[in-house]
Amino acid sequence: MPAPEQRRIIFKHIDEPGYSNDLACYVKHGGYEILKKAVTRKPEELIDEVKKSGLRGRGGAGFPCGVKWGLVDRKSGKPIYLIVNADESEPGTFKDRYIIHQDPHQLIEGTMISCFANNVKQAYIYIRGEFPHGARILEKAIQEARDAGFVGKNICGTGYSCDIFVHRGAGAYICGEETGLIESLEGKRANPRIKPPYFPAVLGLYQCPTIVNNVETLCHVKYIAEVGGEAFAKIGTPNNTGTRIFCVSGHVQRPGYYEFPCGTITLGQLLNDVCGGPLPGRKFKAVIPGGSSAKILKFGERFKGKRKVGADMVDYDWGVEDVPMDFDSLGMIGTMGGSGGVIVMDDSVNMVEALANINAFYSHESCGQCTPCREGSLWMKKITTRMVHGQARTEDAALLKGVADQIPGRTICAFGEACSWPTQSFLAKFGDEFQGYAAAKPTKPAPAVPLI
Amino acid sequence: MSIAPAKPDLVTVNIDGKEIAVPKGTNVIEAARLVNVDVPHFCYHPKLTVAGNCRMCLVEMGMPAVDPATKAPIMDPASGKPKINWIPRPQIGCGTNVSPGMHIRTTSQMVKDAREGVMEFLLINHPLDCPICDQAGECMLQEQATGYGRGYSRFIEQKNVKPKRTQLGPRVMLDDERCILCSRCIRFSKEIAKDDVLGFIDRGSYSTLTCYPGKELKNNYSLNTVDICPVGALTSTDFRFKMRVWFLKQTNSIDPESSVGANTVVWSREGVIYRITPRRNDAVNDTWMTDSGRALYKAVQAPDRLTAAKVDGTDSTVDMAVNAAKGIFTANAGAIAVVGSGRSSVEEQYLTKQLAAALKAGTHLVSRVGEGDKLLLSADRNPNVRGALVTGLIAALPSAQLSALGAAIDAGQVKAVVSVGEDLAAAGLTAAQLAKVAIVYLGTHANATSAAAKVVIPTLHPFEKNGAFVNQQFRLQKFLKAVPGPVGATDDLAVLARLVTAAGGSAPADHAGVWSALAAAVPALAGVAFAKIPDTGLALDAAPYAALPFVEGETLHFKPVAAK
Repeated sequence: MPAPEQRRIIFKHIDEPGYSNDLACYVKHGGYEILKKAVTRKPEELIDEVKKSGLRGRGGAGFPCGVKWGLVDRKSGKPIYLIVNADESEPGTFKDRYIIHQDPHQLIEGTMISCFANNVKQAYIYIRGEFPHGARILEKAIQEARDAGFVGKNICGTGYSCDIFVHRGAGAYICGEETGLIESLEGKRANPRIKPPYFPAVLGLYQCPTIVNNVETLCHVKYIAEVGGEAFAKIGTPNNTGTRIFCVSGHVQRPGYYEFPCGTITLGQLLNDVCGGPLPGRKFKAVIPGGSSAKILKFGERFKGKRKVGADMVDYDWGVEDVPMDFDSLGMIGTMGGSGGVIVMDDSVNMVEALANINAFYSHESCGQCTPCREGSLWMKKITTRMVHGQARTEDAALLKGVADQIPGRTICAFGEACSWPTQSFLAKFGDEFQGYAAAKPTKPAPAVPLI
Repeated sequence: MSIAPAKPDLVTVNIDGKEIAVPKGTNVIEAARLVNVDVPHFCYHPKLTVAGNCRMCLVEMGMPAVDPATKAPIMDPASGKPKINWIPRPQIGCGTNVSPGMHIRTTSQMVKDAREGVMEFLLINHPLDCPICDQAGECMLQEQATGYGRGYSRFIEQKNVKPKRTQLGPRVMLDDERCILCSRCIRFSKEIAKDDVLGFIDRGSYSTLTCYPGKELKNNYSLNTVDICPVGALTSTDFRFKMRVWFLKQTNSIDPESSVGANTVVWSREGVIYRITPRRNDAVNDTWMTDSGRALYKAVQAPDRLTAAKVDGTDSTVDMAVNAAKGIFTANAGAIAVVGSGRSSVEEQYLTKQLAAALKAGTHLVSRVGEGDKLLLSADRNPNVRGALVTGLIAALPSAQLSALGAAIDAGQVKAVVSVGEDLAAAGLTAAQLAKVAIVYLGTHANATSAAAKVVIPTLHPFEKNGAFVNQQFRLQKFLKAVPGPVGATDDLAVLARLVTAAGGSAPADHAGVWSALAAAVPALAGVAFAKIPDTGLALDAAPYAALPFVEGETLHFKPVAAK
């Protein structure tokens, strides 16, 4: 079955010749018209539209956006803050950067609609420190929008005021975790907070109710405000509505970003038809479907079970290529849609070395606050680094799994899962490669395999 | 007398099958403590905010299942008890407050696995240098590794290397490799000492505790960080490498440096004191004390201790000294003054009062006022001025200087002075005034008064005797003898009793006898026996003294009565 056509909603103008990131170009393409209409509606109506749309967060967890907004404590009398999570740090993910660089006003419009819907008077865009160019673009775009009356005081002449500030991070993956982000925004070390009691919806930024949404999510909100929640819910598949942007990287002919209605394309169609298949003379070996912390899939493995289609339960028997790229299907087969970063590995890749790179990343990014993640991530890194540097032991496979199993579910934030799932899944699916690494790769000097 | 506290809302929870009702807002660790279930932890401290970072206190938790429609509890047909929905992942006991019907399991496989995992992680980069570590013997890591660890290591990699000897301040040394990053010291500095100088630098397992650039951990509460450090990362520069803690005897005592009366433990071995640490009293000092209060033990072995009775400057015996005092009393009858002390115990103050009565002498008390730090050092640097009020030694608050006594000496009305431990020169009397009078001095250390005295009788330091103080809250608190006094020093009560006899009165000479007399003679202490005073003290009725203008400002757990 050939792959369906791309449907570009969020990435409509990305890489469009002649399209620039200034206000004039955005307005020429109908920009800020939706905001102008939205501010004439009742905020509750907009929240209802988002609830009806079934929009799920695009940052990684896939939490329903309408539910998140519904949890916000609106009775405390405290101000409500909205934070745009632009700390796009998950390895393999590069969708938010394109929005920020090429279509910043789309984000600003989506943000302002969301702010109006939630009676937010102050919004922050928390952008990762490695995006200095993006931060400058956003600042310029916000100023343009402010000058045009779309941001700041008395928006579109309605009397509603809300400003946006750009805050630059200092280069830490953990700042993408929403409570870590809030701590960082408050000027502290980005140590994620314990939940309970510090749920952002109740005790977020400055202990006030706070909404933290991903860049892409807020762009979807803009589209929902335009077409309505019900129309949006018709895109994609039930419970997996709207489009998804896939950032494909690694060993395919045409890596890049692709936007499809959620669940309408399978992994095989995406990799073979859209991305052109493996490099010449190579075969796909493995793929991580949702950013580097998602559990890896091994080409050749099969997934069986029952799933809900409409009102019926239907048997499924999928190979990796047959899995529809939506939150629920990927969740069913034990991995996740995550942030949409699809990392492809072909048969030239040694899985021990691939995991060594991933472990190096996560041990470097653990905030160090809670014990299992702090010690476990570095330990796993030390083991895999030692293995690729020529001192692998057959018992290291079991040890790695033993260490990884002691981390998830026991940490303050989801980083525990993020750092242990790769090791757990690599070991579960490529365990023989780990056990046999010592024999397959005879002793070699430390610089032989440079790690990141 | 005391008003019963309002009954708090109680919540019934089930911990390892034991039901217990605990006040709302109690966390799982504290609730489990009440049913003698140990929930191991490192970063949690009852007097600090919850950080939840060590993950040692993970427990299995469940709530009664309810029917979503009716909200009625679902019963388990097999047991007839409510069905419990167990949460599939462990929860932290420190950050989880009890709620009605909550079930906790601390012995399940899930909890055991979680504890073994955390212990293994905490130990992989820990130097395991217990044989040379001062914390050994009172190390939470050591204890919990024994209690909840696997007992073997799978770690063959290189351990992280961090600074081994960082002087954080004048009294605190840091070994970063031992640090388990629990952040207790950081939270203490920020929340209790209000001196936010500590923090972590670097990330992940390389996180390192340090002082902010240009700052030092030098506040008067810095050594509390050493107490609460669960491992040997923070050690006291005074105590480190001096003594193994398991050799030390612990004696309950009271910090005598101010009217706060912080509860303490004096740690000694074979008659030598090695350190003083705070003892928990939630009504007085929580779990804290000052650094200055910890250094007081050094006075016990100071070279200027008085160790021999003296008459006219030459060594003598106590018998001869008492006789000489008797001669002074007779020769100056009617012109004698007694200077009592706010540093004396309640018992000593009672006998001082008896002595003054037998001599028909006026009594004076020396006031010591400093600046209060709003925490555990109050403005009144006497530990027991209120004891002098309770025992009736004085009726009004003392003044800073003994100017009235000085004037009486100048006028020739006072020709002899008995000083119970007070340096009259420091209290404002001039050398000329001291030379004019015959002084009988009871005290521990040499000073201008002991040098000028006709009769000197060495007595004991608070760490060398039993006694009680009444602190600023009118809380009667006892301290116990930790070490024997030096050869040549005599118990204060015995000396005072002999002086009372010499003055023609009579008084009990031993501690038990004094308490019988106190219970009979002092209304506030009626029915009180020394042995029965709780370790955390006994609140006395402060109402009779409410109108007095006490000098203390607000401190931890103490608010002065508004001036009327």
